[in-house]
Amino acid sequence: MSHAVAEHEQAGAAAEWQPRIVAFLCNWCSYAGADLAGMSRFGYPAAIRIIRLPCSGRVDPMFVLKSFERGADMVLVSGCHPGDCHYTSGNYHARRKLQAFRELLAFLGIDPRRFQMSWVSAAEGAKWSSVVAEVTEEARRLGPFKHFPSCGNGSGNGHGKAAGPHSV
Amino acid sequence: MINLTVDGRNVEVQDGQTLLDAARTLGIEIPTLCHHKAVPPAGACRICVVEVKAGGRPGLVPACAYPAENGLAIETASDAVRQSRRMTLSLLLARAPEAEVIQTLAKEYRAQPLFPPSSAPQHASASPARGDGKCILCGLCVRVCTEVIGQAATCFAGRGQEREISTPYKLLSDVCIGCGACAFVCPTGAIDPADFCSHPLEKIPNEFNCGYDSRTPIHIPFPQAVPNKPLIDRENCIHFRTGGCGACQKVCPAGAIDYEMADEIVDEKVGAIIVATGYQLLDPSIYEEYGYGRYPDVVTSLEFERMVSASGPTDGALRRPSTGLPPKTVVFLQCIGSREERVPVASNGRGGKPYCSKICCMYTAKHAILYKHKVHDGQAFIFYMDIRSAGKNYEEFVRRIVKEKVTTYLRGRVAKVFPRGGKLIVRGADTLSGGQVEIAAEMVVLAPAILPSAGVRELAQKLRIGYDQHGFLSEAHPKLRPVETNTAGIFLAGCAHSPKDIPDTVAQASAAASKALGLISHDRLTREPTIGVVNQLTCNGCFECESVCAYGAIGPREIRDRRGNLLAVVAHINEGLCQGCGACSVTCRSKSIEVQGFRDDQLFAEINAIASGNGNGR
Repeated sequence: MSHAVAEHEQAGAAAEWQPRIVAFLCNWCSYAGADLAGMSRFGYPAAIRIIRLPCSGRVDPMFVLKSFERGADMVLVSGCHPGDCHYTSGNYHARRKLQAFRELLAFLGIDPRRFQMSWVSAAEGAKWSSVVAEVTEEARRLGPFKHFPSCGNGSGNGHGKAAGPHSV
Repeated sequence: MINLTVDGRNVEVQDGQTLLDAARTLGIEIPTLCHHKAVPPAGACRICVVEVKAGGRPGLVPACAYPAENGLAIETASDAVRQSRRMTLSLLLARAPEAEVIQTLAKEYRAQPLFPPSSAPQHASASPARGDGKCILCGLCVRVCTEVIGQAATCFAGRGQEREISTPYKLLSDVCIGCGACAFVCPTGAIDPADFCSHPLEKIPNEFNCGYDSRTPIHIPFPQAVPNKPLIDRENCIHFRTGGCGACQKVCPAGAIDYEMADEIVDEKVGAIIVATGYQLLDPSIYEEYGYGRYPDVVTSLEFERMVSASGPTDGALRRPSTGLPPKTVVFLQCIGSREERVPVASNGRGGKPYCSKICCMYTAKHAILYKHKVHDGQAFIFYMDIRSAGKNYEEFVRRIVKEKVTTYLRGRVAKVFPRGGKLIVRGADTLSGGQVEIAAEMVVLAPAILPSAGVRELAQKLRIGYDQHGFLSEAHPKLRPVETNTAGIFLAGCAHSPKDIPDTVAQASAAASKALGLISHDRLTREPTIGVVNQLTCNGCFECESVCAYGAIGPREIRDRRGNLLAVVAHINEGLCQGCGACSVTCRSKSIEVQGFRDDQLFAEINAIASGNGNGR
């Protein structure tokens, strides 16, 4: 997949701006749903990059901020539907924590629309495909996110060396 | 012990047993009408007479009431016995000419009616013994009602020719609790409590036969039930409703009936769970055009299956629910709610399903064959969308019934079913001939979609296993892990997973069983290594992690120096309980918990790698 993404980016560099979306997916529902989308041959925009986590409850708000700092235009967190968490309550923790965190984004100078959450089950390959399409469309509408990277350590220009976690 | 001789054979019986018991011990059948083990013998019908030859006073005695005595020698089929029975049966035949059991016995003993049936005395019509001409006045019903049930709702009334079974003052009885014990024990089927009980008695529909016949409150749910034992339906049981009756407890020889038993919740510790919750059928009455629920002759395939079953409500005779006659034309409609594109169709949100229910094509073909076996001159039609006969020998089966002209397959949908002149007109399209067809059917059989069982979503949430938008449980991998769920130790079998036929279900169930055995047959449990670990050096013991852990895996651990002085209390994660969800890791303010394989530094490295631009124009 990384090969395909790279090709896509090279083509896109010449043609039009492509948003960069970081997605945090829980292993049991959304990641499996994305897998199913692939297995069922549903297409979706390649602008999204997936990080697999055991649970949406594993998403630390710091991960979201770090993504923005490193140049993401959009961050998506996706987990099991409420009530269906593989770990009983992880998605409830995520929902509470990240909803509160979302309120703080504007304070940090980040448009809260750049941070999205969704619930996609392991059986919803088609839904995953449409969620990605919507999120990508939203990212395109919002345009490149430049505020954070420009005041960061310069990684936002696309040539920065990946910084360690301690630089957060 | 008592020794006696029956028909020249020695037999040993216990004190208090009767001659009837002695004969039965030897396997000698003595006919009897008024005897029932639930009540003491009365010797009323005189059919069971036997002849005492030696050891006692010679003569004819009733076997049901005569106690066994040492040294007694009896004959059960001597000339005197046969002659006595013949005379008794002639008299009974005069009183109860309609009773089948009397007719059969009379034929056996060559008993003639004393006078032609037409001139038999007419009984008073107020008698509760419904089938007039059936009651032999043995009084078994009265004895059972008084001695077993304890209600005394029935009694003898009148004298001589006027004698009959009645309720006191021939009034409707408010003492009768409607238990039906009298009807159950009546040897000739002469009594029905519905005729004299003051409150209406409703029949309990037999769920297993789709309500086409009735059952008693204590019943064995269906012929192959496991365990094959009766159960009491508390809602309908007379004992639970009125406190009376109790007949089943009094007659059960094993003493197995205990009314005090209550439902209980049993806690079991298990190593594996197999979820096989099965399916239910879509209610086809949501499609008004087919008239299910409005026209009695429109039935579902499951109802049809019961009707043609040898153990079904009609013992296998196929009858129209409206007339009771065999249907001469049957139309089968497939895909009722399956492969439905316009969902939902019902205003209440229930409706058709986009998936194929998989089994309907084959069972409808089977039903067509069964129908032709039951009604040789009948005609069967099947409306189908596509015949999906994938499976070993399935296509050959369908080909055979087409070739043998068992049924006519019509490719198309039915628009409407409506009654006309005692028949149901089925109007549909035949897309292969390109025209509209109308069939005057006597029965219409619908093949409804398969749905997951009610309540399966709640169960799945309890077990923390996945399910799809229809409620079918999700397997861990559609190709490589078809019986496992994403939760370790929980496996799937049958229609809870997706609609499937019996061979597929048996295969999946066998696989689930062997997966479960494979899991629990090891001495050591294998776990994923991706679990949480506490850094004891930085943990400050706030235990917020403990409050978010869904598994109770986090507890305190004391850190002591060599002298045993308590230095700190920190969090500790039990490796056997932790599932590695990472909620604690996020909650920890001092970042002292890491999930192995999903450590913060690993994830930040991932974020750095994929969020950083690499020359896409910025």
